[in-house]
Amino acid sequence: MNGIGESPPRPDGFAKVSGAARYVDDLTLPGMWHGATVRSPHPHARLRSVRFDPAAAPAGTVCVTAAELPGPNGVQLLDDSWPILADGFVFHVGEPVALVAAPTRLAARQALAAVTVEYEPLVPFLTLEEAEALPPLYELVLDSSSVGDLESAFAGANHVVEGEYRTGHQEHIYIECQGMIAEPMVDGGVLITGSMQCPYYVHRALVHALGLPEDKVRVRASVVGGGFGGKEDFPSALAIHAALLARASGRPVKMIYDRHEDIVATSKRHPAVIRHRTAVDADGRLLALDGEVLLDGGAYKTLSPVVLSRALLHAFGPYRWPSVRLRGKVLRTHTTPNSAFRGFGAPQVEFAIERHMDRIGRALGLDPYEIRARNVVAAGDRLPTGQVLDTTTSARLCLEEAERRTGFRARWRKLEAARETADGEPRRGIGLSLFFHGAGFTGNGERKMKSPVTARLLPDGRIEVLTAMTDMGQGCVAVFPQIAAAAAEVLPEDLVFAEPDTGEVPDSGPTVASRTTMIVGALIARTVSELRDRVLARSSPGESFREAARRYREEAGPLEVTFRHEPPEDQAFDDSTYRGAAYPTYAWGADVVEVAVDPDTLAVKPLHVTAVCEVGRAIHKTLCAGQIEGGTLQALGWALLEEVKLHDGRYLNDRLATYIIPTIKDSPRIDVHLLERPWAGGPFGAKGVGELPMDGGAPATAQAIENATGLPVDEIPATPERLLRTQESAR
Amino acid sequence: MKVSFSVNSRPAEADGHPMERLLDVLREGFSLTGTKEGCGEGECGACTVLMDGEPVLSCLVPLFQCEGRRIETVEGIAEGPARDFLERFVATGGVQCGACTPGIIVTGWALLEKNPAPSREEAQEALAGNLCRCTGYEGILRALCKDPERGEP
Repeated sequence: MNGIGESPPRPDGFAKVSGAARYVDDLTLPGMWHGATVRSPHPHARLRSVRFDPAAAPAGTVCVTAAELPGPNGVQLLDDSWPILADGFVFHVGEPVALVAAPTRLAARQALAAVTVEYEPLVPFLTLEEAEALPPLYELVLDSSSVGDLESAFAGANHVVEGEYRTGHQEHIYIECQGMIAEPMVDGGVLITGSMQCPYYVHRALVHALGLPEDKVRVRASVVGGGFGGKEDFPSALAIHAALLARASGRPVKMIYDRHEDIVATSKRHPAVIRHRTAVDADGRLLALDGEVLLDGGAYKTLSPVVLSRALLHAFGPYRWPSVRLRGKVLRTHTTPNSAFRGFGAPQVEFAIERHMDRIGRALGLDPYEIRARNVVAAGDRLPTGQVLDTTTSARLCLEEAERRTGFRARWRKLEAARETADGEPRRGIGLSLFFHGAGFTGNGERKMKSPVTARLLPDGRIEVLTAMTDMGQGCVAVFPQIAAAAAEVLPEDLVFAEPDTGEVPDSGPTVASRTTMIVGALIARTVSELRDRVLARSSPGESFREAARRYREEAGPLEVTFRHEPPEDQAFDDSTYRGAAYPTYAWGADVVEVAVDPDTLAVKPLHVTAVCEVGRAIHKTLCAGQIEGGTLQALGWALLEEVKLHDGRYLNDRLATYIIPTIKDSPRIDVHLLERPWAGGPFGAKGVGELPMDGGAPATAQAIENATGLPVDEIPATPERLLRTQESAR
Repeated sequence: MKVSFSVNSRPAEADGHPMERLLDVLREGFSLTGTKEGCGEGECGACTVLMDGEPVLSCLVPLFQCEGRRIETVEGIAEGPARDFLERFVATGGVQCGACTPGIIVTGWALLEKNPAPSREEAQEALAGNLCRCTGYEGILRALCKDPERGEP
């Protein structure tokens, strides 16, 4: 047994359950001050003046505004168009205008009142409809058809089906809010410790903003209390804020957001409007898709171009389309920037295409299973990008397994019929979705990064593995040792993993895009195996690895191996034409959701979810299933409960008392069935899994509500209020 | 005001504003940082501690209410007989990011002390005030309920 597929206890588990794990807010440094942020109350305004009155603030308070920045006023991500502090204008409620630091958390809050800001309010654009009048933040087209193909497909179609689908904001609600500590170093540099997914993103942003040499900036991730994408880009801004205050005060400065501030100031999932027009033949075979994807980017670009890219590359769903044209835009509104959230644009478009498949099915009298089964992709098929699907393409396998386990079709038909005779009892409904997720970075992301992993021999004969990956709960702290031990055939106790600290580890890329196990895990396997081989080349018979390694170190000196990820040549993607292999491979899934709907209030209770997911190979079964269980519930929360309500650009429900996520009592039983078809490019066959479950929960839930009530559910969250409005307008 | 109480079975004193949150007293005064703040308004349960054996939200408990009370935090529970439960909690996938975990351990342990074999519904009722964003609650329920239907995930 090599331990792959087993579920050893996660190494950080006992520290977390016993309260010993130290998150950023649990850390205290001698002489540490606290920072706080002055924020705009207006969605759009001219900044007339920002004035700090030291006499009105607690003694010693320091204040930083845009006028005091040492370098460019931009958080470096894809570009630096996101300001560190507002200058001249504010473009959303909650935009940071000034920073203060004082000796205690209370004093820092009191100091906020010593900053006076004069605003001249301007007209805001707050909805996607209003924003369509403005130049978009970003635009993209994916066109698989030669000129004329699309039009002729529609001209020759037996059916043309059109639909419009809408999804709302979603707030991450990682239980640990954003937090960062910045320490000024005697050499003029800065040391950052905080809650983040991507230490090297933070590093680059600090180098850019502070004008420091790379070796004067050191970034360490503390224990991360949840991320889900919310700690991909925002920590770069917060780290700059804390570093500015540390420089101004000459002290370590801690900035911890409370829940209210975290909701107001940080990114969310992009709201989306998706319009599809499709051509279908008499047998229900898909002929052409002409679609439009609009994302609400909020006030600044942040990572939206990459989110839109992933959205277009998943908008056609796991189906065969001879001809596809998709136009995408990220529109600018005067709201907090929207950015990365688990799924990264795919959940919105997969909701739309799944709902649209149901609409096509209804138009042709085919049940949800049948319309999917007639069009599902298989190995060897070409996606609209021209990518040929590999032998682990498992959409049909997932669909059939979900049917086999749940008896979906018979149940769906029975409940369709029962609806006609329903009395006052809660109505049951069942829904099915089929979904896929491109694992790893989109397009040439991995090729550009060429991310390295290093392994080195310690004097005691253990192997130290160095990566920049953070564990935000997903469990790479458990999975990496499993991969390394199995690949190199060494004992887990022969391995030690470095903390994600830019002063120690190489830039093995961000902890995002379901790439950690698949891409970095494979690199770890190669790197550690190479190091093992070099040690064993000098070993004597009967020696244990540890003995051989210790002797190697004594006789031959330090040994270090670094490998970089290089995608195979056939994984080429052309960014200008959007042709080629957009992702190295895909993970596949089918969800069956059963709900009960109250006939009077239309409140929906999810009862049971069956999630069938093909993940290549589950390295750690419990953690892999845990990703699917947790991601599925996040998807159900987004589908049913979670709604960001805006009024004049301000969030009305900017706290946990009013922004509702699923409690344990709202949660259905979630049964996960892992299917494994090892993929040659991943470690022991593993594909990325983290985001996959976010894609399927919402459309299956919407279909289940439709099955129970007969009401069309083309917009989520499907709150009772929204369903009642739909019912009213149907009458 | 000065308040005398016990923290994790040891006599303790705190001198502070009567309305100071027990959460801050524990974290800052006693360096018991296992107790987490998730929302500061009694919605998420991350700050749950036991007061005379009953789960309370330490962000909503002012210092003056602690006089003469017995407070137990996750650190205290981990020192005691809960070890099997904690290990099971890790093994079943009850913990991912760990930020909600201390509150869930405290609430879950209080439940198990009264009801060593809760049903799924009983566990859901007891944990209704503890939000978890990572696990979908399934790993947590596997740790609390010995459900013959379930077994391994």
